[in-house]
Amino acid sequence: MTRRTGGLGYLLLAPAALWLVLFFVVPFYSLVATSLFDPAGSDFRGYEMTYHWQNYTDAVQEYWRPMLRSLWYGALATFFCLILGYVLAYAIAFKAGRWKNLMLVLVIAPFFTSFLVRTLSWKLILADDGWIVDTLQTLHLLGEDGRLLVTPFAVVMGLTYNFLPFMVLPLYASIDKIDHRLIEAAGDLYANPVVGFFKVTWPLSLPGVISGTLLTFIPASGDYINAQLLGGPNQRMVGGVIQSLFTDANDYPTAAALSVIMMVGIVAMVLVYVRRAGTEELL
Amino acid sequence: MRWIRNNLVLLLGIAVLIYTFIPIAIVILMSFNDPNSRLIYSFDGFTLYNWQNPCEPDGMCGALWTSIKVGFLATLFSTILGTLAAFALVRHDFQGRSSSNLLIFMPMAAPEIVMGSSLLALFVAAGFAGQLGFWTILIAHIMFCLSFVVVTVRARLAGLDDNLEQAAMDLYATPSQTFWRVTFPLVFPGILGAALLSFSLSFDDFIITNLNAGNTTTFPMFVWGAAQRGVPMQVNVVGTLMFMIAILIVVGGEVTSRRRNAKLA
Repeated sequence: MTRRTGGLGYLLLAPAALWLVLFFVVPFYSLVATSLFDPAGSDFRGYEMTYHWQNYTDAVQEYWRPMLRSLWYGALATFFCLILGYVLAYAIAFKAGRWKNLMLVLVIAPFFTSFLVRTLSWKLILADDGWIVDTLQTLHLLGEDGRLLVTPFAVVMGLTYNFLPFMVLPLYASIDKIDHRLIEAAGDLYANPVVGFFKVTWPLSLPGVISGTLLTFIPASGDYINAQLLGGPNQRMVGGVIQSLFTDANDYPTAAALSVIMMVGIVAMVLVYVRRAGTEELL
Repeated sequence: MRWIRNNLVLLLGIAVLIYTFIPIAIVILMSFNDPNSRLIYSFDGFTLYNWQNPCEPDGMCGALWTSIKVGFLATLFSTILGTLAAFALVRHDFQGRSSSNLLIFMPMAAPEIVMGSSLLALFVAAGFAGQLGFWTILIAHIMFCLSFVVVTVRARLAGLDDNLEQAAMDLYATPSQTFWRVTFPLVFPGILGAALLSFSLSFDDFIITNLNAGNTTTFPMFVWGAAQRGVPMQVNVVGTLMFMIAILIVVGGEVTSRRRNAKLA
């Protein structure tokens, strides 16, 4: 593709770039500033800028549990998404034949129904008097008053479910590009299918694995809807803490500090990824 | 047995797909439910009442209307700005490409809670704390839809066959004729896809919206509020409708593109 040089490029890019700078980059500066305000203020009395770095240590001290929990749940959900998503993406790319397009559409279709409505639907499915809990109790896999709702299981399951397409689509894009002859060649050279998979298919699909993992882990660990609707106070995730500090407790500095910590972690992850793959591969 | 072995991966893939449809089936079923109690509900009886009285729950249709308005405007603006940017990134060379790429990628990677709280911090710092509402929601939605538009349109543009435009130029089409008669129609499906994606992202957003909404209520915020008190069955009617509309649009798009391909062939 021939690329033209000159001013027009800047002109076309400018409105979008400006919007993102104004409402994505600049707000982040406000967030950092807010995180250093004197915690004694409030949103209507106003805050004073005192470079109160202690907000960070306070935030970590008080909320390290939900923070670690978010990472843990996010990692678990990403792991399950990777397994389910890989099977699905592989099936679509190599086994679906003429049903390929239909299956791709079916991957995305359920996610056009509202995120919250879908999550509430899981609440119903996993409910204490629902048939899943009943069946598990009859089979003695779950105690008499055992439950699925308000457990880490429910939250991780909800996260896995809700973020699955973020994993499937990049994986599919990567697996679909693999030259089938390479896998056949492995077979011709007496690699059994399992060895062939781990020596050929898996390494070639790594770009998809990495971007899928990134795109799943980030929103999953930042989410709090699943934790709130399917979990209880013991499953609280850091997103929920930030939200309630902003809207209920009106403790802006602590909330901002927690947000900044999260963002710094994410940026670090993205930078590691960019180092490996370059910016053109991002999109 | 052998058939199962040969098709094991495909069967597992289909099993995963079925898993993704379980909650949808429940939503559709519940839209016809006649519950005995508002708080704990199971399927107690079949009724068309929810479909006949969709707007009965207080505030639901108002919230729905707000979401539709926000979604429409956010889609319009983000699609225009994003398409222009996609053309710039694919067709033009300029300094700062990689930082532009990063600027566009970051909103897709940043957790919603961080973007939402940053925007709130900005609005409060700028003295708009009292004016949170429709317009602040719209600003936020345009922001997070933009990147997805750029990525979608960009993919379509990058996959375009250069030769078609060359041919138009060789046949003495002016640059603007080439653009409107060749380039734009070829990119259009990508733009349309981007617009649909924007609308569904905007319509579905809760986390960012909730922080910047003030007293305005969107549909997801209504559902969130209702979840604490007992969800009215009409919410499932809306869920079912959204699902059906999405399926119709996707199937419609597939049929038109098949027909067009058949005509070309």
